[in-house]
Amino acid sequence: MKNLIKEFTKGIIKENPTFVLVLGLCPTLAVSVSVANGIGMGIAATFVLLGSSLIVSLVRDFIPDKIRIPCYIVIIATFVTIAELCMKAYSPALDRSLGIYVPLIVVNCIVLGRAEAFACKNNLASAFWDGLGMGVGFTLALILISAIREFLGSGQILGHTLLKGFEPVFVFGMPSGALLVIGLLLGFFNLLKNRKI
Amino acid sequence: MKNRLIVSGSPHIHKQESVPRIMWTVVLSTIPAGIAGVIIFGLNALWVTLVAVIAALLTETIFEIWTKNKITVLDGSAVITGILLAYNLPSNVPLWLPAVGAVFSIAIGKQVFGGLGQNIFNPALVGRVFLMASWPKYMTSFVRPFSYDAVTSATPLAALKEGKILEHISYLDLFLGKRGGCIGEVCILALLIGAAFLLYKGYISWHIPVTYVFTTAVFTYVFGAKQLFQGDWLFHILSGGLILGAFFMATDYVATPLTAKGQIIFGVGCGLLTAVIRLWGGYPEGASYAILMMNAATPFIDRYTKNRIYGTK
Repeated sequence: MKNLIKEFTKGIIKENPTFVLVLGLCPTLAVSVSVANGIGMGIAATFVLLGSSLIVSLVRDFIPDKIRIPCYIVIIATFVTIAELCMKAYSPALDRSLGIYVPLIVVNCIVLGRAEAFACKNNLASAFWDGLGMGVGFTLALILISAIREFLGSGQILGHTLLKGFEPVFVFGMPSGALLVIGLLLGFFNLLKNRKI
Repeated sequence: MKNRLIVSGSPHIHKQESVPRIMWTVVLSTIPAGIAGVIIFGLNALWVTLVAVIAALLTETIFEIWTKNKITVLDGSAVITGILLAYNLPSNVPLWLPAVGAVFSIAIGKQVFGGLGQNIFNPALVGRVFLMASWPKYMTSFVRPFSYDAVTSATPLAALKEGKILEHISYLDLFLGKRGGCIGEVCILALLIGAAFLLYKGYISWHIPVTYVFTTAVFTYVFGAKQLFQGDWLFHILSGGLILGAFFMATDYVATPLTAKGQIIFGVGCGLLTAVIRLWGGYPEGASYAILMMNAATPFIDRYTKNRIYGTK
């Protein structure tokens, strides 16, 4: 049990997919304009991670080594399609604002990375907790980045204006602002890491 | 004489130059343009410049204390960044704008890379582009010269971009700075006085500025009008931030090529990009973007323009 908790928590801090593994930056850069987008993307990615990790872990003994990557992609694409259709049905507005980045979860390096590096070598329970932890870590990172960007770029969080008279810094709503925020956060987390040791 | 006879490895002859001395001389050389800016746009120009300089100095101090580096605030490089940033702003901006810009220039443009000598872009231009992307409404409203109040006017280049027929602006007016524009870019005469001083002292070489201005002139002459070879090249040289950029920002030591050959490539590249942005790009003025883009190309240029080491093939 202790091991399983470790599999879960490592994805949040020690091996955070965004800030430590630096994976899946494309959706992170693109959708982190607002917190609502960040949460939506995080939940969709977590669902896909969880599902694909479970299935990959279950079928890991039956997949021939040479064709494992196409197999993973098919499994991942299945879950992405489920997530996309659900999002289209229950939250069309979110689907519109995320756009192409929902289907692109198929090629998100975090999902494929976990399947290749973890799920195909571990049993069902570890794969489940690993996928969940990575998903939660990704979601938290997205929320952090998008909160900073939404606040600075439009003076709002989740559509609520926080400060009156604050002049929004437009650049944080643009791609260059995403690169700036992620770069500074990466530096900040490296600083924390170096302090501890 | 005695302390010049030291037994040591080469080099044996030292010039009595240092970074602070060069930087403070550059600060001195920018003062004529500042005075011209204050005369043309009123005291607001002075406050904007002061705020930018003070914010740059404070940021540099705080950052160097925080990162436990050597405190080099007094070497003048932060002062020059503040001054150049302010020279790139309109005089009627709210005073927090130069402060935010200077903090960004020093913190993101310079100190995160490790301070003076490590930055890959010109810090003042990084600040300007940040402000331009963030608060375009402040960055593109200019005061009419000699009116000292908030009567806004377009810069000659912006008017040209919108296809307006230019109000009659003579070349002499452009040369002396009687036009809308940023604080430090309008008075070409004052800028050239400062630049001549730097050239005379040998702190900048002619390669970058001359090739830069020349390339822009040739390009706008050829492609600047509806027919080829009809462009108003003199207008393009005298308006916008071309002269300020060419002599004071494209000659920044850190982010420009080392060799003469490299500097000529750099100058030509800046000139081409500036002219292309002005004639066909989305912005009326492209000097700052052109210089930043060539800053990014500098390591590449340096790699291919290494001087041959004496005695090798």
